Amino acid sequence: MTLLELQQIKESELAARKKIVLRCCMAAGCMSLDSKGVKERLEKAVDEAGLQDEVEVVGVGCMKLCCVGPLVQADPDSPLYTNVTADNAPAIIAALKGGKAKLEQADPQAPFFTQQKSIVLANSGRIDPERIESYIAVDGYAALLHALTEHTPKDVIEVIVNSGLRGRGGAGFPTGLKWSTVAKSPGAKKYIICNADEGDPGAFMDRSVLESDPHCILEGMAIAAYAVGADQGFIYARAEYPLAISRLQNAIKQAKRLGILGSGIFDSPFNFNIDLRIGAGAFVCGEETALMASVEGKRGTPHPRPPFPAEKGLWDCPTLINNVETIANIAPIYRNGAEWFAGIGTEKSKGTKVFALAGNIKNTGLIEVPMGTPLRMIVEEMGGGAPGGKKIKAVQTGGPSGGCIPAQHLDTPVDYESLTILGSIMGSGGMIVMDDSTQMVDVARFFMEFCMDESCGKCIPCRAGTVQMHHLLEKILARKATPRDLAKLEELCDMVKNTSLCGLGQTAPNPVVSTLRFFRNEYEELLIPETNCPHPATPTAATAI
Amino acid sequence: MERIKIATVWLGGCSGCHMSFLDLDEFLIELADLVDIVYSPVVDCKEYPEGVAVCLIEGAVCNEDNLELLHKIRARTQVLISFGDCAITANVPAMRNPLGPDNVADVLQCAYIDHAQDNPRVPVSAGIVPTLLTRVMPVHEAVVVEYYLPGCPPSAAHIKSLLTQLLSGSSPHLEGQQIKFG
Amino acid sequence: MAVKTLTIDGKTISAEESTTILQAAEEAGVTIPTRCHLEGIYDVGACRLCLVEIVGYTKLMSACTTRVRDGMEVTTNSERLRNYRRMTLELLFAERNHICAVCVANGHCELQALAYQQGMDHVRYDYCYPKWEVDASHRLFGMDHNRCILCTRCVRACWHIEGAGTKNVSGRGNQSRIITDLNDAWGVSKTCTSCGKCVMACPTGALFHQGSTAAEMQRDRTKLEFIVNAREKKQWSV
Repeated sequence: MTLLELQQIKESELAARKKIVLRCCMAAGCMSLDSKGVKERLEKAVDEAGLQDEVEVVGVGCMKLCCVGPLVQADPDSPLYTNVTADNAPAIIAALKGGKAKLEQADPQAPFFTQQKSIVLANSGRIDPERIESYIAVDGYAALLHALTEHTPKDVIEVIVNSGLRGRGGAGFPTGLKWSTVAKSPGAKKYIICNADEGDPGAFMDRSVLESDPHCILEGMAIAAYAVGADQGFIYARAEYPLAISRLQNAIKQAKRLGILGSGIFDSPFNFNIDLRIGAGAFVCGEETALMASVEGKRGTPHPRPPFPAEKGLWDCPTLINNVETIANIAPIYRNGAEWFAGIGTEKSKGTKVFALAGNIKNTGLIEVPMGTPLRMIVEEMGGGAPGGKKIKAVQTGGPSGGCIPAQHLDTPVDYESLTILGSIMGSGGMIVMDDSTQMVDVARFFMEFCMDESCGKCIPCRAGTVQMHHLLEKILARKATPRDLAKLEELCDMVKNTSLCGLGQTAPNPVVSTLRFFRNEYEELLIPETNCPHPATPTAATAI
Repeated sequence: MERIKIATVWLGGCSGCHMSFLDLDEFLIELADLVDIVYSPVVDCKEYPEGVAVCLIEGAVCNEDNLELLHKIRARTQVLISFGDCAITANVPAMRNPLGPDNVADVLQCAYIDHAQDNPRVPVSAGIVPTLLTRVMPVHEAVVVEYYLPGCPPSAAHIKSLLTQLLSGSSPHLEGQQIKFG
Repeated sequence: MAVKTLTIDGKTISAEESTTILQAAEEAGVTIPTRCHLEGIYDVGACRLCLVEIVGYTKLMSACTTRVRDGMEVTTNSERLRNYRRMTLELLFAERNHICAVCVANGHCELQALAYQQGMDHVRYDYCYPKWEVDASHRLFGMDHNRCILCTRCVRACWHIEGAGTKNVSGRGNQSRIITDLNDAWGVSKTCTSCGKCVMACPTGALFHQGSTAAEMQRDRTKLEFIVNAREKKQWSV
């Protein structure tokens, strides 16, 4: 495969494109509402109308406004049809020839769409994720080719360092720094892992990226592998994402066929292969050391760091682990330059962030916004606020490791530092909106139950501490807890945070801590007085006798 | 000088802790000079009195009577001491807890029917035979407790140490080998 | 081998570069409480009892898995650490059914001993009272899951010293448990060599010799040490 051949594929793909492209969402959300049936009926309707030469129906990735799927839109200039059923197909086709279809539509000029800034999701909902040609037609793999033929690994790392990209998996570690550490670690064999074990309740960003644009992950991984000197990559995806897995498998096969993965990629000396590893659904396997154990075929439990994966990772070799969204940023950064990327976002948080909007919000779906976008813009303007005339009470970010941000802080810009100051975290991008009917103690209990179930059981604070914290939260909710119990809960939060072995335990108390910080009164209202203790404080023997 | 009012009670336990208390031997005589034992299995007193300074509580909280008495004790006593493993950990009496929500029926069936030699029946007598709690609890799960004296039973030496510290007006403090479960 | 100089609880000591803080402390006469650590088998840093404070580190580090570095200032026994240790022990006692009075290991139990050492005179958390089985199917040994603290010493001794790989962990969170082979009864295991190393390694009464009573319960660790010494140092003396 040469530059010329890549360009030929692009040109023939563009030449074959018909005048009207009817895009039909084929991501998991819409698929669960039979978008496959919709697509088939659309194709049939095109045939029936005799429009085969003018119109093509393309299955694309996520079109973002998941709450009103299945979604269908025609290029150019067509309304975005929502809640489409197979029976709507003839009307949609008829409308292509002028006239108006009396079907449910969304306004493409609504803030939900106009406020988005697409880097990671640029191809999502636009290209056919099952065809590599469709990716190449939007300049896919050009960045990899450019890196391999024009740049040294050091140059590549420099681009990522200069872009200011930070890890999108939650902690926000500078990606360039991680890359250069792995590159500098001694060792003939190195690995790269794409962490696609998205497990936060309510989060579906990574799934959407994998389903909508699998080739951008392969390209990003290949660029990263070249930069750090790895020749083997693994994508660790959870088995609960069958569509993402099958699209990745398909993408890997296609890339291998074209010589974009394998030996001597683009006629360079660079060899790189990617294998899929399917996780069995343990949340802890999103933690990098547990993930590596699982890739090695061992029980997925974490181990203490140091050593860090960058020095001693998979099979004790230096290993680069990046999250799906981080990797999805690589090819665009490389294509458009570090300066372009660094110009988006805030001083310390560059680029965009993808969020999965869920919970008590009108527009449930996938959004990508520049870092620093105020939370209010996301939930009120783009998300449309809470349904049913209710008020937004809090926004939960960061999943079970994150915290609840109360409505009075909605003007906070979304970036790593601002969210940390509020006791939450950016996390991987789950954003659960809660309206004023939400009981915050119950929210904390829900997340604690999640952590309790998902604790791997290796270290005591996380295994047994989450059980006791959950028990205390249930006791509070059952109005059986006293102020002493609340004190015990707070003490446990501190202990589990500081003594747990891995990130799961260290962050498990966060939902309690953050709801206690902003909604302490909700806890206190549920407490019962210490009736069985006649003394305000423990008396000493001296006062007693 | 007014003598200090001390009580000892026997909830769900084997009375071994009280036996150990009696093992204080000659210290009991010294003790008698300083304190009045106002309520105890070894004292003929039906009602737990008011104004007790220290109460040693043996046994786990197993039935409604235990619980009721304990609340009364807490209200009428300055310092509670969980006395022995059953009071502190619920120990052997709590071994029915893991049997689940039907543990009461299960143990009664086992003890009074399955293994009865004659006249198998579960004793029921309202107001006389107290109802068993579904969950046997350590004392401090039901009321606030000031000090703990573990052991099954606590040795007389440890009991003496704790009482001596308490009577000398300091906060009792057990450490190292003075703490002993089992 | 390079030598590193560091301070542990204010004492200046030197230690070989590959030494862990735990080993260095031991050499310096500072005892750090441990539970999952066992001389002769690799460390996993799971029990969190050996956590220490190190100046300049934002997180507490497990002494058994952290290697010494030049200029490290380590504190092993602050009030904060003591408090965490006591809480850790209380969590363990509340987690399963540890009834010292009726346990074969009473008086020879490392969990019990640690509780005394850390001044744990009662458990503030509500006991969980789970229902766990006892596997008494093996001719020589038994396993009472009620007393297991999941330190995985038995698993590591079985894999690392005996090389049989009979013991492992299944389940997760508080449902984790030690299993034999693919969750079989111990008595039917074809991989178990009946060597008893797991029983020797167990800190509590979870693994025991059949027929042992509280008075008989004694651990014999010399064999483990003997094999490791023989393997690693080629010393064949007891």
